[in-house]
Amino acid sequence: MTELTGTAELTRFIVRRDRIRILVWVFAVAGLVALTVVGIKGLYPTQADLDQAAAASQGNAAAIVFNGPAQSLNTVGGEVAFQAGAMGMVVVALMSLLMIGRLTRGEEEAGRLELLRSLPVGSCAPIASASFTVAAMNVAVGVATTLAMLAQHLPAAGSLTLGTSFMLLGLVFGGVALLAAQITENVRVVYGVAGVVLGAAFVVRAVGDIGDGTVSWFSPIGWAQKARPFAGQRWWPFLLLVVATTVLVATASVLAGRRDLGEGLIAPRPGRSCAAPSLGRPIGLAVRLQRGSLTGWSVGVLVAGVGYGSIAPSIDTFVGRNKALADMLARAGGASLTDSYLATSFRTLALIGTGFAIQSALRLRSEETSMRAEAVLATPVSRWRWATSHLTVAFAGSVVLLALAGLAVGLSYGVVGGDLSVVPHLVGDALVYAPAMWLLVGFTVALVGLAPRGAVASWAILTVCLVVGLLGPALGVPRWLQRLSPFERTAQLPAAHLTYMPFMVLIAVAAALTLAGLTGLRRRDIR
Amino acid sequence: MSRAITALGLVKTFGRTRALDGLDLTVETGEVHGFLGPNGAGKTTTIRVLLGLLRADAGEVVMLAGDPWNGAVELHRRLAYVPGEVTLWPTLSGGEVIDLFGRLRGDLDRRRRDELLERFELDPTKKARTYSKGNRQKVGLVTALVSDAELLILDEPTSGLDPLMEAVFQDCIREVKAEGRTVLLSSHILAEVESLCDRVSIIRAGRTEQSGTLDELRHLTRTSIIAETERSAERLADLPGVHSLEIDGTHVRFDVDTAHLDVAVQRLGELGVRSLISHPPTLEELFLRHYGDQLAREHDWVKSDREARPSSAR
Repeated sequence: MTELTGTAELTRFIVRRDRIRILVWVFAVAGLVALTVVGIKGLYPTQADLDQAAAASQGNAAAIVFNGPAQSLNTVGGEVAFQAGAMGMVVVALMSLLMIGRLTRGEEEAGRLELLRSLPVGSCAPIASASFTVAAMNVAVGVATTLAMLAQHLPAAGSLTLGTSFMLLGLVFGGVALLAAQITENVRVVYGVAGVVLGAAFVVRAVGDIGDGTVSWFSPIGWAQKARPFAGQRWWPFLLLVVATTVLVATASVLAGRRDLGEGLIAPRPGRSCAAPSLGRPIGLAVRLQRGSLTGWSVGVLVAGVGYGSIAPSIDTFVGRNKALADMLARAGGASLTDSYLATSFRTLALIGTGFAIQSALRLRSEETSMRAEAVLATPVSRWRWATSHLTVAFAGSVVLLALAGLAVGLSYGVVGGDLSVVPHLVGDALVYAPAMWLLVGFTVALVGLAPRGAVASWAILTVCLVVGLLGPALGVPRWLQRLSPFERTAQLPAAHLTYMPFMVLIAVAAALTLAGLTGLRRRDIR
Repeated sequence: MSRAITALGLVKTFGRTRALDGLDLTVETGEVHGFLGPNGAGKTTTIRVLLGLLRADAGEVVMLAGDPWNGAVELHRRLAYVPGEVTLWPTLSGGEVIDLFGRLRGDLDRRRRDELLERFELDPTKKARTYSKGNRQKVGLVTALVSDAELLILDEPTSGLDPLMEAVFQDCIREVKAEGRTVLLSSHILAEVESLCDRVSIIRAGRTEQSGTLDELRHLTRTSIIAETERSAERLADLPGVHSLEIDGTHVRFDVDTAHLDVAVQRLGELGVRSLISHPPTLEELFLRHYGDQLAREHDWVKSDREARPSSAR
């Protein structure tokens, strides 16, 4: 057992170091489930509402693709499992694979593991402590989600089944990441490989659920859903998840015991010997550094956009006589329910895309703190030129994401509804949010230039905009506070008419903030 | 010929820490200038001020006849810099980084690039994240050496390099010097400084302690002498400038201030010298001398170390 010497100490160390991260993940998943229960109870207060929602979802392939098989949708529990189940499982799987990647290969790649291994620590202790920590997080997620559902008086058996399926699915993807971490030398590739497995599991399950459900048996997410929470639960599909986890972890342990520290089973591909012609100016570098991130966000926006758009033609059936849902959409105004729905979708997609915009603008700060900016700024590249090259990606990337959102919503809406002539209009409607996104970029630049230590506060602003934008009316946020969000200030196309005044004001404020930040950046020390 | 670097009375504070406290540094055009000081003495802060990345709170800086803060871009066209800790973008290969920096400076000589890659035995296709510390340092060195900048600023450029690569580096710097270019070399490797530098500045706690040629600095310190004489050397004790005199029969050892070396050697000659080992002060001793409070303890350590292997001290 000397291989495991030090496991307990390492586990304590991880928990201590990552305590905030661990708590945020667990509470985020539990919060997601708890809020879904609240939302469903609010939106479908009567059995008639539930029956109608069930009828609408049952025949809607898009809803099934994104959520899972329609199981007892005429109950609150069934709706919760439908609306929070697949999404919650994806979040738990992401939690596990990101944590495992970070704690195993990430530590190894950074060279910190080498330092630990030189201590009297067993060869399997790092991997064991990471596995214990992530397993404990998944147990915590299972317990917290179960309690969140029980606290709102959902049936005990169903709550326990759904909670358990979150936990077990998280464990499977922890195992996937653990195996991937043995195969490749680079933690980003670990995330990539495990992410592709997760995506495949989701797609296989979606294809199966549209059909008769047979294909879903080839996906771990399918197994979890076959346990039928709130729909006459059955426990034995969980065995498949347990077996899969065991096999993955055992294989990973064997591989870990055979390889050298720092090595993977697959040698990394060599890079280019010479730089491409585009990599010779600051803008070329900025694009090169951010293209991977932009691609990832683009895929996310496209997938979400297709989801929103494909439901749009049947939105009338969905909402029906449901007053709560109709009220939520009516906030956008508009002549028809469909227009209100599309406007709400674009606002949501713009808020998602702003995640990229802020990340991209914060690149200025991360380049500075990693001291890579220092090397670039010691060449004949002015601070202004260096900063604007990264900001060009942030500003233009925002527009690209909005155009993709419009395109995805428009095409899926057009294809399902049988009228593709809506596409150009909808792309235009989505682009209206560009100034709002730029304003948050400008805010981030202002922080980086004038108060660099507080730059991450821009994420807090986005969170406020998200909460106000998505849950504002439900939470009873005062109107004046809602109106502070640039996304609420934007004309809600296609439900409203384009008004130029707020549009221009947003652009002016964004430009002023950006200029202030750039000026600050030119005047302050680079450290 | 003007000076490459003139810095007078530099002051820089970070919060309550006074990183630079009236530091002076002058580097003549065409010289290789050693920049020495213990960790935390302010070497990197000074270099960042020289590059215009930090603005000094007080003092005057002239770099290549310009102001580094307001004329950073113009200045950077004429210099190349290797940071102490070369951090690279993990997804870019070493070759890509070298090309990028070459093009940002606008003067990438492909033949010279390939020649340097060969001399430093650097594989340009490896992704930066897979490089060891030494290899990252080599990437940084090649980006600077490939340019024809008239001033090179190197912040501990050889940390992590093996002795073979250290030799390659020294050759490269000699070539740079032969072309009449200027080098500011911050380093902890005193043998490297001793073999490359025309002049050195020793700083401590944000101030310049000593500056001058190695010979000038040596003059300020002591030479160690071990000798065997026919007659007992007790008469040396009353000479000025003689320290730590030890006499064991006909064997004698002592340190003498370089200024009084002449008289001491004359007196020794009168005693009938049978054997003589004279040992000029190493840069290490010069360096330790300027630690002040640590001086006594560490100087003793150096001495006892030397006594343990007298054959090496020739």
